[in-house]
Amino acid sequence: MLSPAFSLKRRTASSAICCFGFALAVATAHSGFAQDTPLISGGAGFLTSTNAGKTTYLSIIEPLLAAPMGRHVLVESRAALLESFSPNSGNQGGYNHTHFVGLTYMQGDYIASRHFTIVGGDFLIPFNTYNERLSPIWIGNLQDGPLIAPLGVFSSGSGLGGMLRGNAIARDKYSVDYAYFYSARSRNQQFSAQRGNGGRASIYLPEQRFEVGLSYDRLLQGTHENFYGAHAWWEPKDTSFRLRSEYARGHHAHGYWVEAEYRTSAFGGIDSAIGRIEPVIRIQQTFRRDTVVSDGLPPVNTQRADFGLDYNLPHNTRILISYSRQFSAAGSHNVWETGIVYRFLFPAWKGK
Amino acid sequence: MISRHFALCILALASVPALALAAQENGKPEAKAYKDPVRRQAGQPQDDGERVFKQNCSRCHTAPEGFSPSISGTIVRHMRVRAALSQHDEEALLHFFNP
Repeated sequence: MLSPAFSLKRRTASSAICCFGFALAVATAHSGFAQDTPLISGGAGFLTSTNAGKTTYLSIIEPLLAAPMGRHVLVESRAALLESFSPNSGNQGGYNHTHFVGLTYMQGDYIASRHFTIVGGDFLIPFNTYNERLSPIWIGNLQDGPLIAPLGVFSSGSGLGGMLRGNAIARDKYSVDYAYFYSARSRNQQFSAQRGNGGRASIYLPEQRFEVGLSYDRLLQGTHENFYGAHAWWEPKDTSFRLRSEYARGHHAHGYWVEAEYRTSAFGGIDSAIGRIEPVIRIQQTFRRDTVVSDGLPPVNTQRADFGLDYNLPHNTRILISYSRQFSAAGSHNVWETGIVYRFLFPAWKGK
Repeated sequence: MISRHFALCILALASVPALALAAQENGKPEAKAYKDPVRRQAGQPQDDGERVFKQNCSRCHTAPEGFSPSISGTIVRHMRVRAALSQHDEEALLHFFNP
């Protein structure tokens, strides 16, 4: 659904809640300045997906905690709690339901200088842009993640170890960002991860609102595999148009997606009834390089077109509606999806 | 047949930027999407913090409709890590949230 399966590690509910609560407790003990009250943000949604005639219902909450400690440290964590109802297979009839509770990531950030931020813990792998920027339920324009989203993120979407990231060069006309990480292997139920390293570098032209970047990482356990990625984003100034794209190449498959969205201000601004409508279109293709299907991509070459029509209601609520058509040699099918998502953002407690 | 459908989809996708640019050239500036405290008063020049907000935060997500001033520093620090903001940009953004 909205968050691809790789970002939702199956963990026990109690231990995940304990970790999230621990982060909150640490934050409580270190509340700092008047504007630095820890916050709880996130999204709650109810989503439906009709895939090849079978409808699945999903209720989901993704809370995010961000808690500053002192002037240089930030502790942040995101969790996912979901309950899914899907039809039984075969002729059994009725519905089955499953639930997941898990941490998506939990990390500490130390802002060492204007160029360096040191990250430790269970962090989202900085490969291309989708995993870090667009996977939250309250940000994504379409329920489903891109088909190539599993490439380069080591199955779970997160790594356990350290990361160095920041702004290498900041000028008025351009800036260069980087991220380098090393992840250890872990079979811990709460923080499972694979051993590997890699990073991303991107250049951003703020006047043109254009960003292009390259990513690379290497899996250092089992069969060592390289993953290569590239992304390009363009948001023309003074418009609500956004064009995003990614390409990723793994050992067994590669693919790309291109997504465009637009909100018009021609009929009373983007907060008008018309301006709140947000058409979205995403085109994507995946290509198999061999028959080894271990990367989460479709087993055969696949083409998919997604057409979304989102409506941005007042009070941080969005309605997501989309139709997708997926073409492949294994069979073509339609996917209809609807959903409503509410974004919340408030202090963890009453500030000073 | 499949590739024909897909080509139509790509054509539709390609037409979207053209429409967006046409809207831009018509001189219709983007209406303010921001609610308090990030809504700018009419006629007030764009300050540094608003520029930082538009060039970084709003690239991924729309602005939330208001939030408590007590968490503005936390939001800015979170954005500094996520968007690799410079210290100057962080300060400008904090000033923008708390004018």
